[in-house]
Parts: sequence; structure tokens; C-alpha cells
Amino acid sequence: MLGYYLKLAWLSLARTPAITALMIGAIALGIGATTTTLTVYHRMSANPIPARSSVLHAVTIDSWSPDRPADDENPADPPPQLTYRDALAVAAGAPAARTVIMRKTAMTVDPGAGRAPFLIEARLATRDFFPMFAVPFAYGGGWDAAADRGGEPVVVLSRETNERLFGGENSVGRSVRIDGREFRVSGVLADWQPTPKFYDLNNGAYDTAEDAFLPFALGAALELQPAGNVNCWKPETLAGLRDLLGSECVWIQLWADLPTAADVERYQAWLDGYVAEQKRLGRFARPSNNRLYDVEAWLRHNEVVGQDSRMLLAVAFAFLAVCILNVVGLLLSRFLGSAGASAVRRALGASRGELFRQHLVEVGLVGAIAGLGGLVLGWAGLKAVEQLYSSYDRLTQLDLTMVLAAIGLAVLAGVLAGLYPAWRICRVQPAAYLKTQ
Amino acid sequence: MLDMQHISKVYRTELVETHALRDLNLTVAEGEFVAVTGPSGSGKTTFLNIAGLLESADGGHYRLDGVDVGSLGDDARARIRNQKIGFIFQGFNLIPDLDVFDNVDVPLRYRGFAARERRARIERALELVGLAARQRHLPSQLSGGQQQRVAIARAIAGEPRFLLADEPTGNLDSLMARQIMDLLGEINRSGTTIVLVTHDPELARRAHRNIHVMDGEVTDLKPFAPRPAGAPVAVA
Repeated sequence: MLGYYLKLAWLSLARTPAITALMIGAIALGIGATTTTLTVYHRMSANPIPARSSVLHAVTIDSWSPDRPADDENPADPPPQLTYRDALAVAAGAPAARTVIMRKTAMTVDPGAGRAPFLIEARLATRDFFPMFAVPFAYGGGWDAAADRGGEPVVVLSRETNERLFGGENSVGRSVRIDGREFRVSGVLADWQPTPKFYDLNNGAYDTAEDAFLPFALGAALELQPAGNVNCWKPETLAGLRDLLGSECVWIQLWADLPTAADVERYQAWLDGYVAEQKRLGRFARPSNNRLYDVEAWLRHNEVVGQDSRMLLAVAFAFLAVCILNVVGLLLSRFLGSAGASAVRRALGASRGELFRQHLVEVGLVGAIAGLGGLVLGWAGLKAVEQLYSSYDRLTQLDLTMVLAAIGLAVLAGVLAGLYPAWRICRVQPAAYLKTQ
Repeated sequence: MLDMQHISKVYRTELVETHALRDLNLTVAEGEFVAVTGPSGSGKTTFLNIAGLLESADGGHYRLDGVDVGSLGDDARARIRNQKIGFIFQGFNLIPDLDVFDNVDVPLRYRGFAARERRARIERALELVGLAARQRHLPSQLSGGQQQRVAIARAIAGEPRFLLADEPTGNLDSLMARQIMDLLGEINRSGTTIVLVTHDPELARRAHRNIHVMDGEVTDLKPFAPRPAGAPVAVA
């Protein structure tokens, strides 16, 4: 009967095009607003590395001032980054399957051939960065242990940087001049933009991934200045990078790959032991507060999805509810306006259930058409968000999940709006209408 | 076929109580053609609604084709309407969005027939009422007589055993009315029981029996002498 009901629904909608357009418009408007906010929310709250998120752990130690917490609003939280020397010590000693220490810097690339030099953001990281975060390569790969120790100057280019320097060709083994030195290209990434940028939230959760990746050790050897957040509590003289390396400032991110709960426990114990030892040496005056966060906990802890985003989503759904209420009124007038035809159907043998289903299919069809309209409006809304907030461009991409969700939501909205009118019409007493038809 | 005993029906509002039927007793045998006559407000339509299971009686017993229909639920009554009863209304009651074919198809859809079976039945019914060539016309494109013939085709396509007609010629001119009555006679001769509600005594004369209803009661049960085939009938 579904095909029959669809045919009846189409005929019914075509009979009153103005009311049909109003109903579709109302639901489409609600779906458009909901799709826009839901898409941004969906992208904001997405797990950027679902296959590995439970084994990757951000490592934090409370090395902050004895007089005040690192975050006055959340005094129980340790600072989100580590000092240079703690990062090196923990990475070298703590028991983990893999560990990465890293920071952000800025460098200048000279493309040669008379082209103008340009600035890039680069990530200085130990080589486990790539396998730990499942970074995809288009060509080549990361670097070896020798490069990690500060040997050969190598670089991994992002797809965009490789495109800019080498026209997208396989550039592995070729040389790039960065900050006045030659670096050998060991690999070129495929498209990789983890959203949110979980591995370093210090410069914005929706910041883009870096343009190039170099061995962490080169940062100290070449005295590359930090380009990320550097937070200090101790009055210290910081004349240059050398001073920063030995300071109590926090500016290094550390992640550990801990596949099992036992690994996490072992790592935590080591970390607590390390802090106890440092306390004996006169550091870490605050109570021991060392925490490991897996990726999802880390995103929650850093409030990547803010309260305002949740409020906006709630407002969008409230708006959709208002649209649905308006459609309920329109459907009631429409269904009761055609009560005569329903009475004829009842007289000819249609059960209440059959009439109910017939009308629900009609509102479902309204919902589906409105869903398509809502997608167009939602897409326009996302484009507007993109224009207003350029840093949100990766949060405004409609994916298949959101397309299906929008259409599903629209059909559900239509059916919800139609439940009461369909119930009313299926209770029509045929005798009351047949004489007056 | 139809057996009503002590049927009563009262319509109540806050101020008024109207006794539409009072202790109505009526039996219609299988294959009969019965006319129910009476003035406006006599209870004819209420009787027809109860007979067609469109309304329930407040009192009495009603057996249709051997089944006590008084205690049936809404879905069961809908099923009986669909399978055993054909309706012909004064106002035709065709669905304006649907063409002739789809209008006749309505009861067959709820009967659950396969597409091929439905098509065969619709074509047969439309052939019988002389509208086989108008299958894709909308009701608004047909004359009143043609619309009533579509309604008859819709009523008989499911081959019901019982046909209820409420003033079927009330909106037609005399020539059309005669054609419709001829058609009903033909359907009855094929074995279908017909109850015709009319206020027109001349039309009632085409039936085997005339039941006169007055103030909700049967006041007269009058058999008619069989009319010679082809004899002219005066119609309103």
C-alpha cells in the first residue's frame, strides 16, 4: 500500500499548492537552521582519531607556582603543557609503547628559482608523531632515530606545502631551503586535517595542521623560537631559547601511546614517582597532580565544544519545534478540509489504521521534500558561517551523515507534526459527511 | 440477508433528544430489491446508515448475512462494509482528485486484491455501466449521470452481496434517473440484494417491496406486483 499512499499524498499535495508550499517552507526553515548548527556541532564534537583515541594519552604534570594554580577558573587542573626538561625526562623514562614530545615553531622557506620566500608553521616532534597519530603519507615517510637525535636535517611536508614547492610531485629526497639551511624531504603527507586539532589545542581547537614537520631535537640545535603558547610562573631571565629550555615555563606537549589499562596504571605510577623525586630535589611545590587524558577526555577537559555551542543547538531545535507547531495547524486545516474524502474511504472499507497510515505517508512526503529544501538552506547557512568566521571553514562541511540526518530529521518532523491531525482525521464519522458531500 | 429487530436510534444534544428510529423491525431476504420510502426526517437515512454499518444502533439486534454486527468493533465493521456492502449515494461521493479508474479502485485497494485482479474487476464494472472509455477522466469532467454510474461501478466492482442506495437519482434528470434505475434492476437480477432509500413512490415501484418509514418506525410493508420487463416508469 505504500506506493498507493505515496500516489494519494502527491495528488493531495498538488491539490493545495499554497498550503503545501507553506508547510514545506516552515519545516525547511527549521531543518535549515538545525542543519547549520548541528553540522558545526557535529564537526566540533567529532572524535578526530576514533581508531586510536582510547590509547593516546595527553600527559600533564602540575609544575606550576606554589602560590597559585595554573588556571584560576579551574584550580584543580594542572597546566596543559610541560617544561622542556620534564618533557625530555618523562619521554626518556616513562614506560610507554610510543611517546611523542613536540612544539610549534615558525620558519621561512626559500623556494628558490627567483620565487619569494614565505613563512610556514612547523611542528617539531619526535618521530613517533606519525605512527601514533596515524598520519597518512602520500610519498615517503617520517625520519629515523638518528634524525630524532639531531643528526640529518630532514623535513616532512604537508600536501599543500609540497604542492607549493614542487607542484605536487613526489619530492622525497629533494632538498628544501628553510631558515637558510638545506633540509632533505623524507616524506609528503596526504590530506590530513584532524578536526579538532587534538594533539595541540593551545592555538585553537580548529587551527589547521602545520605546513611542515621536523625532528624535535633540531629545535634546540638550531635555536628555533616557539610559535605556540609559552606560559611561565617563575620570575626568570629569558634572554633566548637556551634560557627557555632550562626554565620552569610550560610550552611542550607530550603524548603517550598506552594500549591497555595496565599500561596507563604503570605510566601513572612512574609519573607520580618522577614528581616525588623532583619534589625531593626542591621542585613541584604544589600537591602531586599528574593526569593522563585519552583523546576524548582531553577534548572534554579543554571544553572544545563550548556551552554556547550547546545553547545554539538547543535554540535551533526550539526553532524547529516552533516550525513543527505551525505545520500542525496547517495540517489540521488541510486534513479536516478533505474530511469528506476520508469519510468516503471509511464507508468503502478503509480502517482507521489505514487512513492514519495514509495521512502519515503524506506528512512524511512533506517532510522529505522539506528535508531537501532544508539541506539547501542549511548549506547556505553554513556558507554564511564560513564567511563570518573564516577559521570555521573545516566545521562547515556537510558530510553524508549530516545529509542523511537532515532528511531523517525532516521526515521525523513531518511525521511528528502529522500525528495529531492524522489521528483526528482517522476518527471521522463517515455518516456525518456522506450526506453533505 | 438483513435482519433488524427492535432497532432504535436517538440523537442527543444538550437541549434536544431526537428519536430517529423507534423499534424498527425489518427483514430483507437474499436477492430482494427493497425500497424504503418516507418523508424527509422520517428516519430513512438513519436506517440506511445503520444498515450500512456507518452508525451503530442504540438498541435492538442487527444481523447481516447471519452475523450479529451490533457487537463488532470498528475495524471489523469496516471489513464487512468493504467485503459485503456496496454504497451508492445521492451526491455520488466520488473522490475529486482521483480519475474514474482510481475511484472504482478505492474499495478494491482495501480488499487487498492483486493489481491484475483489481484491473479486471474495474474494467468489468466500468464496462457494465458503459464508461469503459472514460477511465482516465476526472469526476469533474463527467456529467451527473456519468458520475453516478461511476459510483455504481465502484459499488459493484467488489461484487458485494448487498447494495445500499440512498436517493441514487436525487441529483439526476429524469432520463438519467431511468437509466440508473434500469442499471440497478439489472444488478439485482444478477443476484445482488438491494435496499433503495427514496422519497419518490414512483421509483419505489421498481422494487419488489416497499417499506414505508414514518417517525422512525416501519408503518407499511407493501409488496408490488412484478412489472413487465421494459415497462415505462415515471421518475421525478
